[in-house]
Amino acid sequence: MRPGVRTDVKKTWEAIVINEKDNVATSLKALQAGDTISVEAGGAVQEVKVLSDIPMGHKFAIREIDEGEAVIKYGEPIGAGKTKILVGEHVHVHNVVSEPREDRS
Amino acid sequence: MMFQGFRRPDGKAGTRSYVLVIPSVGCSQAVARAIARGRKNAVFIPNIFGCGQVGEDRDLVKKTLVGFGANPNVFAVLVVGNGCEQLSPEELGEGIAATVKRVEVIAIQTCGGTKKTVSLGRRIVKEMCEGAARLVREPTPVSELILGTECGGSDYTSGLASNPAVGVACDMLTEHGGTVILSETPELIGAEHIIARRAKAPEIGQKVIEAVAWWERKAAEAGQNIREANPSPGNIAGGITTLEEKSLGCIYKAGSGPLEEFLTYAVQPSKKGLVYMDTPAHDIEQLTGMVAGGSQIVLFTTGRGTPVGSPIAPVIKITGNKDTFRMMRDDMDMDVSRILEGKESVKDAGELIFRELISVASGKPTKAEKNGHRDFCMFKINMNI
Repeated sequence: MRPGVRTDVKKTWEAIVINEKDNVATSLKALQAGDTISVEAGGAVQEVKVLSDIPMGHKFAIREIDEGEAVIKYGEPIGAGKTKILVGEHVHVHNVVSEPREDRS
Repeated sequence: MMFQGFRRPDGKAGTRSYVLVIPSVGCSQAVARAIARGRKNAVFIPNIFGCGQVGEDRDLVKKTLVGFGANPNVFAVLVVGNGCEQLSPEELGEGIAATVKRVEVIAIQTCGGTKKTVSLGRRIVKEMCEGAARLVREPTPVSELILGTECGGSDYTSGLASNPAVGVACDMLTEHGGTVILSETPELIGAEHIIARRAKAPEIGQKVIEAVAWWERKAAEAGQNIREANPSPGNIAGGITTLEEKSLGCIYKAGSGPLEEFLTYAVQPSKKGLVYMDTPAHDIEQLTGMVAGGSQIVLFTTGRGTPVGSPIAPVIKITGNKDTFRMMRDDMDMDVSRILEGKESVKDAGELIFRELISVASGKPTKAEKNGHRDFCMFKINMNI
């Protein structure tokens, strides 16, 4: 056994939350609309029902994100909600915009 | 927390103990290589510059070569010049001698040609290597480590597995009082305002913003608009939504700490914690800059795989791509693909990387060291004249 590998955890996760501040998870496999999957963030486990098909490597919301609210991944804003995004909804170019920047035109 | 390191006369500590042979100019390169050839622990770096350069390039070459000689992984240095170059071997020798380690300078023109210089150089290097062999490792606080971070040959696994896991290891090192270097400015584009917000003081953040603007301007002069070309259609199909997300996937490898300092290429950090060095994204120029800045060990994440190593610093290669790990077993040190299989947490993988970091710092050889890879390439801005 490699040192540090937790053998008590039998669970295989289907999505990953990179930083505990994140409001999105990234799927580790293709998910179907209606799937209920559990995600872990900062030690807390949460169940999320995905509302649409999520391809592998794509994101879905694990908390409701308001229009204009920051989408957080890696603990940092990667953009803002173009519309209100519900828990379990696919989060991608159709509902996220880059943050407007003061230092750029 | 401690590692087993080599104590230097200036109080710094190394993870390796090399005798370094530096040609001060391209003209003395072949002679310098012949001097180091075949001697265990003697390392040659291929400097092809040192002449025909003016202004900022001359300065960059000097900083890089002096930085390599001054790196605590180096026990002693022999500078080999030709004799008439712009960047004189004496000037390099004096720069390195500030570390109090043994530095000798010889020149081909005054020694009387190739054979006599090689013969004298080999005598000096043999003696230096005997001295290096007498030095033993001693317990050294990990707070003395300056860790370089790098990613290259990235794929979808980098932003999800290897970079976040390395980020955990970097946070562990800074919590123990160590230093982590984040670099490769072109990779920051789109997230520079985010990293700038993490700066301890506004002027540090402002320098990051300005460095990104400089690289964007340089790329634009060459007809490239990096910002508009990203994220690429392939990135978007793969699930990356914004340029911020793409860039953060790279930056996250250095952890989440506040940014303590901004450094130009090849400059040594004066602060502990997370520091930023302005380097190209070119893998070997970046690696060379961080090692010249005093980095004694490097964590390198890759998706596609890379054999790269440094002449004087161990480089630990980490991939989240299981196929790459299998295909390039000779080159990859660690496999964190279990994160993507949902079988290992980022935190657990990061703790394993931290442990490997301490083992390698204490002498465990990396794959790149076993392969003898000693890649070296300096950053320069202008053409030679």
